[in-house]
Amino acid sequence: MEVTRRQFLQLGATSAGALGISPLGFDLTLAKRVKQDLRIDGATVSHTICPYCAVGCALLAYTKKSDNGKVQLLQIEGDPDSPVNEGRLCPKGASALHLATSRRRVESPLHREPGATEWKKISWDEALDILAKNIKASRDRTFVTTDANGNIVNRCEGIAFAGGAAFSSEEGYLATKLMRGLGVVHIEQQARV
Amino acid sequence: MTNHWRDIRHADVILINGANPAEAHPVGFQWMMRAKVERGAKMIHADPRFTRTSAVADTYLRIRTGSDVAYFGGLINYVLQNKLYHDEYVRFATNAGLVVKEGYEFKDGLFNSYDPQKRTYTPAAWAYEIGPDGFAVQDIEHPRSVLNLLRQHYSRYTPEMVERITGIPRDAFLEVARVVGETGKPDKVMTIVYAVGLTHHTTGVQLIRSGAVLQLLLGNMGRPGGGMNAERGHANIQGNTDHAISWDILPGYLRIPAPGQKNLADYLAQSASKKLRPDAVNFFGENYRKFMVSLLKGWYGDAATPTNEFAFDYVPKPAANASWLSIFDQALQGKMEGLLLSGMTATSIGPDSNQVLQALGKLKWLCVMDAFETTSSEFWQAPGIDPTSVQTEVLMLPATHWIEKDGSFVNSGRWSQWKEQVLPPEGEARHDHWILAETFARVRDLYRQQGGKFPEPVLQLTMAYKDPRKPELDEIAQEINGRDLTTGKRLDTFAALRDDGTTTTGDWIYTGHYPESGNLSKRRDGIQDPARNDPTGMGFYPNWAWSWPLNRRVLYNRASADPLGNPWDPTRAGIKWDATAGRWVGDVPDYPATADPTKPGAPLPFIMTGEGTGRIFSNGVADGPFPEHYEPVESPVANPLHPAVSATPVAFLYDQVAGRGNRFGTADEFPYVATSYRLTEHEHYVTQHIEHLVQLQPEAFVEVPAELAQEKGIRNGDHVRVSSKRGKLEVRAVVTKRLGPLQIDGKKVYQIGIPIHWGFVGVRTGQHWLANALTPFVGDASARTPEFKAFLVNIEKM
Repeated sequence: MEVTRRQFLQLGATSAGALGISPLGFDLTLAKRVKQDLRIDGATVSHTICPYCAVGCALLAYTKKSDNGKVQLLQIEGDPDSPVNEGRLCPKGASALHLATSRRRVESPLHREPGATEWKKISWDEALDILAKNIKASRDRTFVTTDANGNIVNRCEGIAFAGGAAFSSEEGYLATKLMRGLGVVHIEQQARV
Repeated sequence: MTNHWRDIRHADVILINGANPAEAHPVGFQWMMRAKVERGAKMIHADPRFTRTSAVADTYLRIRTGSDVAYFGGLINYVLQNKLYHDEYVRFATNAGLVVKEGYEFKDGLFNSYDPQKRTYTPAAWAYEIGPDGFAVQDIEHPRSVLNLLRQHYSRYTPEMVERITGIPRDAFLEVARVVGETGKPDKVMTIVYAVGLTHHTTGVQLIRSGAVLQLLLGNMGRPGGGMNAERGHANIQGNTDHAISWDILPGYLRIPAPGQKNLADYLAQSASKKLRPDAVNFFGENYRKFMVSLLKGWYGDAATPTNEFAFDYVPKPAANASWLSIFDQALQGKMEGLLLSGMTATSIGPDSNQVLQALGKLKWLCVMDAFETTSSEFWQAPGIDPTSVQTEVLMLPATHWIEKDGSFVNSGRWSQWKEQVLPPEGEARHDHWILAETFARVRDLYRQQGGKFPEPVLQLTMAYKDPRKPELDEIAQEINGRDLTTGKRLDTFAALRDDGTTTTGDWIYTGHYPESGNLSKRRDGIQDPARNDPTGMGFYPNWAWSWPLNRRVLYNRASADPLGNPWDPTRAGIKWDATAGRWVGDVPDYPATADPTKPGAPLPFIMTGEGTGRIFSNGVADGPFPEHYEPVESPVANPLHPAVSATPVAFLYDQVAGRGNRFGTADEFPYVATSYRLTEHEHYVTQHIEHLVQLQPEAFVEVPAELAQEKGIRNGDHVRVSSKRGKLEVRAVVTKRLGPLQIDGKKVYQIGIPIHWGFVGVRTGQHWLANALTPFVGDASARTPEFKAFLVNIEKM
């Protein structure tokens, strides 16, 4: 008899009570106890998708709120319901938790002035002001309204945007819309490189 | 992908080129293994390296990197010569019977209309003969029919020529050709699976087209288990290509307008396909204006009116190619001032890293949005660079991870799958879209306060979100879907879009993914209940997520059935005509849902093209209407087909045009062919920050063929220096028999393998070598995709 992981857990939950013997032919009391001891027991299950390649493996992410109020990610595993991955994951997907909980994250906005030898921590407000001023200045300097042939072209030649393969689609759409809104023509992502 | 991951299990033959799914897409590879194990499918892997994919394939062919057009061309020739093609399909669903306009020529490696000064063709010169009725002339027996020209073109691709170019022994090639040719029978089907091993060449687009031509001949397009299936390498390249983070398109693959187009009529005349046969639906061409007007209305709102051509002037019109290579070329020329990078590190990812580092140093400012430091955020302190000499102002903005926000990812099979926010943003990290929206709001404030160049689009772009500085992805998903402005309701289908400014859409191919009933990308009816959730038994799972367009799972699926609407293979039906119900059933039909195929004048099967068929001959590409083998720009041999025109004559040579020094090497100095690739344990560059994965693959290395290693006195684990005209790596050698010599046109050719993942940031910064320091700054003529996969190097023991 073939038993999937999902069925196994269900069996553990439903049939171990009365006699302790399951259709599997062995005592599931132990399995039930193990399940209760799993660190994911009682956790919130969320649905996400693997952030690595584009197979699009569905993931189950288990979280719990710690006593200090912080949400703790306990476990990521393949979603057994998915017609794409049927619960399976590769080494990268299986270690997605380590990407999510890495302690190597950049902690705050950083600024490096021309010629400087190190980063300076700055606030978000300062950082976005610098960025907005730079964008406006470059746009104004390099914007072409009419080309040499008299064609209306309304393009900004001096700013480029590249990225997005890890964006949610909706973020990517917004990036396109905002960049085109500024008149940017140099727009690129990972499809080509 | 024309099809999708799970669909591959329906294949009888799986032809894998330029890909190593067992290692690069391991979970997707299960569907190839299922085809092999469950239905005895034959897996054929042609690759420079013997990989884990080769290890389980029925046939492995060692092929020279960049020579796959010769391989596919040889298969096309074999199929034509032996009349193995699916004749009825070819006549019904391809343009084989159309007559090409007089003047078409291919001679000594050049198609007609070549301009040697500009190094370009005029693709419009490759057209059909138009009859007095204004439609393309159809006569499959005509000497200039597409089929006859195809025969003529590929007659040169004999098994002997295939062997000379690719290094595949003719007997091995013929054995594969017999297996492939079998799939021209209506009850057999082959899938072609590929990845960037095919696209990353100066002949990239034609490499893909050569596979597509073969699939059309064999009648394998549009069928479950068939198609051309590209494995995408990042979680959401597909979605963000659909939404046009690409210089040449607007969302939904609408072309970016060009200078000289004064209004929508000019734009449509040059962008939308023309109806070439009376029974062609030409759906895209006929509705192009509706999609464009609805997009402009969505973007520019009240500022888009019928009297101002819906603000057509607001859309920027690029002067020239503005893709990846062009960005850094412009920077090198001092014309690019600022660069925003998001989740993409220019230094590591682009070709010729040393030149890219120079380019970054010529910017006025660089802004990196990422969760981790990258080789771009740190470029000014890269090994060998003196920070005080770099005048670029750099901002590093900490962005959230995928798991800290919701939104959809679209996989290779076009399935848009919604993900939930699992964790709150870490520390000060902000969502990319909030960074972009807030920045845009500040730029808008500056224009409002100070004025500036052409401020109208900046001031008038719609930002109709509850908080324009913090839009929710759910709100944006609704905007992408689009609405009827008269009723205020979200639309169910792009067929409801109009061209009078009364509808909006952010991306017409996604119209219908978020109707009034809710976000269909969230659907989760999967394999927990196959009987209910997969009613056809074909694995479409129509209520799991949503795929574009209109939840169709197999593109071009009208071609899965014969002219009368009966599936070519009833055991693997895509769609079929149900005469009683008066409609097509199965997958969502790629065809008018109630069009009776038995009636005269029934619409032709490929509803998106002007021809109404698949295109064996096409002028939609810059480098020729039929794929032709050209050598990589750096190659150890002259092209055996036409040595005088050895490499593609139309690749844009950035360094040469800009007057920079030559950066291409030759075989006397760099005698070995090299190719680059990924390992299972790493994903491009981000995983250098993941300790577990760094433990699994801790160190940069190159793979060296055992025979070459013996010649050079290199032992396993030795340090070697691999150099190209552009840069070098000093890393350990893995000596292996998985790589070996090839006989190319009488010359012994070795190939060296170069994994790409290392750089000067991450857990082990000692592993600072950038693989792309070696690769050439040149791309293919149509897409400008760089030639990462075939270049020349030397190797020395250190």
